[in-house]
Amino acid sequence: MTQESKVLPQGPPTSKVIEQHGLSEDEYQQILKHLGREPNLTELGIFSVMWSEHCSYKSSRIHLKRFPTEGERVVQGPGENAGAVDIGEGLAAVFKMESHNHPSYIEPFQGAATGVGGILRDIFTMGARPIALLNSLRFGELDLPKSRHILKGVVSGISSYGNCMGVPTVGGEITFNDIYSKNPLVNVFCLGIVKKDRLLRGLAKGTGNQVLYIGAKTGRDGIHGATMASDSFDDASDKKRPNVQVGDPFLEKLLLEACLEFLEQDLLVGIQDMGAAGLTSSSCEMASRAGTGVDLDLAKVPRRESHMTPYEILLSESQERMLLVAQPGKEESVLAICRKWGIDAAVVGQVTDDGFLRIREGNQIVAEIPAHALAEEGPRYERPAAPPSYQEFLQSLNIDMLPDVKNPADVLLKLLASPTIASKRWVFRQYDHMVGTNTVVCPGSDSAVVRIKGTTKALAMTTDGNSRYCLLNPYLGGGLAVAEAARNLVCAGAQPIGVTDCLNFGNPERPDIMWQFIMAVEGIADACRAFQIPVVSGNVSFYNETNGLSIYPTPILGMVGLIERPEDITTQWFKQAGDHICLLGETKEDLGGTEYLKVIHSREQGNPPWLDVDREKALYTCMLTLIQKGLIQSAHDCSEGGLLVTLAECCLTNPSELFGATVILNQDRLRLDALLFGESPSRVVVSVKSEHVKQVKELVQELGVPSTELGQVTQGNMDITVRGAHDLPVSQLSLSLSEMSDQWHHALARQLEAEAS
Amino acid sequence: MNIGIVVFPGSNCDRDCGYVLSKVLGQTAQFIWHQERSVKGMDAIILPGGFSYGDYLRTGAIARFSPIMDAIVEFAGRGGMVLGICNGFQMLLELGILPGAMLRNRDLSFICEEHYIRVENVNTPFTNHCEPGQILKLPIAHAEGNYYTNPVTLSSLQANAQIVFRYCDREGNVTSQANPNGSLDNIAGIRNAAGNVLGLMPHPERGAERLLNNEDGIYIFRSMISALEAHKLLQPV
Repeated sequence: MTQESKVLPQGPPTSKVIEQHGLSEDEYQQILKHLGREPNLTELGIFSVMWSEHCSYKSSRIHLKRFPTEGERVVQGPGENAGAVDIGEGLAAVFKMESHNHPSYIEPFQGAATGVGGILRDIFTMGARPIALLNSLRFGELDLPKSRHILKGVVSGISSYGNCMGVPTVGGEITFNDIYSKNPLVNVFCLGIVKKDRLLRGLAKGTGNQVLYIGAKTGRDGIHGATMASDSFDDASDKKRPNVQVGDPFLEKLLLEACLEFLEQDLLVGIQDMGAAGLTSSSCEMASRAGTGVDLDLAKVPRRESHMTPYEILLSESQERMLLVAQPGKEESVLAICRKWGIDAAVVGQVTDDGFLRIREGNQIVAEIPAHALAEEGPRYERPAAPPSYQEFLQSLNIDMLPDVKNPADVLLKLLASPTIASKRWVFRQYDHMVGTNTVVCPGSDSAVVRIKGTTKALAMTTDGNSRYCLLNPYLGGGLAVAEAARNLVCAGAQPIGVTDCLNFGNPERPDIMWQFIMAVEGIADACRAFQIPVVSGNVSFYNETNGLSIYPTPILGMVGLIERPEDITTQWFKQAGDHICLLGETKEDLGGTEYLKVIHSREQGNPPWLDVDREKALYTCMLTLIQKGLIQSAHDCSEGGLLVTLAECCLTNPSELFGATVILNQDRLRLDALLFGESPSRVVVSVKSEHVKQVKELVQELGVPSTELGQVTQGNMDITVRGAHDLPVSQLSLSLSEMSDQWHHALARQLEAEAS
Repeated sequence: MNIGIVVFPGSNCDRDCGYVLSKVLGQTAQFIWHQERSVKGMDAIILPGGFSYGDYLRTGAIARFSPIMDAIVEFAGRGGMVLGICNGFQMLLELGILPGAMLRNRDLSFICEEHYIRVENVNTPFTNHCEPGQILKLPIAHAEGNYYTNPVTLSSLQANAQIVFRYCDREGNVTSQANPNGSLDNIAGIRNAAGNVLGLMPHPERGAERLLNNEDGIYIFRSMISALEAHKLLQPV
């Protein structure tokens, strides 16, 4: 008896249908080989989503192998719903970051909301209670009404979903560039905590075990969302709005609580969220990981629309659904918990031993495909890669052609008001960032810090990525993103323990894009290896281009650090007048790719600063030593906008009061703009109580980190004096706190509310 | 004390309240599922914040019909102490235990940030640890906290000292600038006429630990515990 003879034949697909499913001729030939026959339309649809770029990582997989994924603390590396690292006391931190870029452009509110919903499910399917969300957002410049519309929609979508779930949105970052005006980026990071020995995985183990469907009923929404996410956009993209799913955070809250009860009572063998490609991906991935098969009966799947075809049911991306495999005999307990929480649940199939994903509708088999072929044996491409012809032009920057800064005070105020640097309070106040009563450091410092109840520990989290650096030099850009993330963590007093990534790029079929991707991955991999930070999960988003214009290469890193003692938690803002201000690290002539060049000279050009990993590492050791010895009042990493912006932020960000500073800088043959606004990495501004200054200086020297004493924290203005040769003053500026604060605090709100006028 | 915290399916501040009561204040916190029908054995009840049933309709509008509510109305009617925080306050309004209604915030968006409130009445079981006019700094986190009622009810709230907390600035001035959500008369919290039920929008449970840089919420919980202890002394066992 041959299996295929029973499969409902629908006639072999025409080449047009194959093409509409985004499958190449080669890929179709591979399908024939796996099946030993022509696929029917349902099967073609299944292959189409599972082998889409979004689900199969066909262009990226061979390159992602470069990431270091192992380490002492790694409990779960890439390949599961999320990664997990050991944080001691029998606990693991589970985290991942994912993109929801395409849907957020088409329908900002729902696109962003369901992005939050998806990443939350990834975390709680591992058995972890989510305790923090962060998001990394990229928008076009706000003078475009469309960019304002997208930002407002995305922010309210994130706010509506996260707030209702009761998971605080504790941080993240937002930057602006016109390149994102038709392709915004919405990358969402989530972290949860689980007992290490209770970690759940997406495994369909145990022949004969029941497979259960729980959560929302299946509708026609989001069909082929994964295929959409694997394609570029054009002006007709608005028509894809029906492909965007609609979220229901309340239902997801019920799912979360129910899932954590399953875990508590140890009822499950495995569980997976129905994300991209819904029922199809969850079932075949669970089977493939366990080396089993799954037999599903679609007639038993709860639906909210009538007359749905198997094709539609299998490819629907309706939100808030989970597939689980119960322990033998525990099905009734699972169903009882679902009843308690008012969630739909049904036994829809069982685990088999033949390795097939077999889909029935009643007595009829409608599809039958080897699960492993779908999940793991998709095409792999080593696509051609070559630097773009314009790369040399981008990197060329004759800085001598640009006039040095004449009026640094004006420049500083302009930078403080540039939306990339300005305060994001308008956004963060819409996110519940305190629910859960764990948030020790709220949005607005280098890292968010969340305590772990029942322990003395806390976790610091940050998301970082500078796409302009990546455009100019993707290898350096990748490494610098890792370095900045780790620097943000050590400034908070945390030891970096793991990283997740979201790699947002253009069309991988273009050699220049593929080159950007490969170089950035190498940069990230080398830096993570140098700093010994394992990559435990991640996500790749290709085809971020509209009308042929690709976004800047934008790898975003979400990094997690561990703080053992609450007294080590450190924030970026000045604390007390009279404290000494020191700069750790060295300022060089690093103007390439800076925010200063973009805002003041309208140039996105040059080479980003060189990353010296040894120097960077020494800085981390030094920072953690100083913090653990209790010698530091505040620590703030120097990034976009350079030293002057960093100092201004130290003055302006203390939630209780503003501080001034009196600072003297030595020009040391640098251009004035490089000294004040250059973005040399491996630098941190710290403030130190006067009684600790001597000890700090000695320690810093011992640990081989260059340092400069800059001045003191005051209650007055921010006064900066720059001295040149023979200590003669070159430049002097004095800015009142109210003037700086007005620019920095209100710039974003002003630009967003410009619409009304 | 035995303090019952009602858990609706979409509650999300229930565990936060439980943590403060048990871990910070050493009380017994008991979670009461919304489908139960009794609050027997409880010394006080907290209706916690969150999104009770998703709040897709009006906040708290569905929660008022949940099975536990009859028992809570009865408990409050007998003089039992009930604290409604945020979504819990909205439920008390929907139930009619407290007068008035909530509109969407003035700027139509969700607001999460710390605000100052002034204690307007210290002769309540929820504020007896406060000084008259004391300024507390507590986080708010809501989209619908813009309190509204008719002029007659407002006058009677004012006349009967039922307005317990009002939004103010750092110095304690009640101004429209210090009003985060457009709430009538800067109202942040009100009590019923009998004084045993309080609803407030700010979250005292989020301000109950030094580690979280805020301990002002402790005043409210300690007041409750003191009032319950005093009440127990009066009651013959």
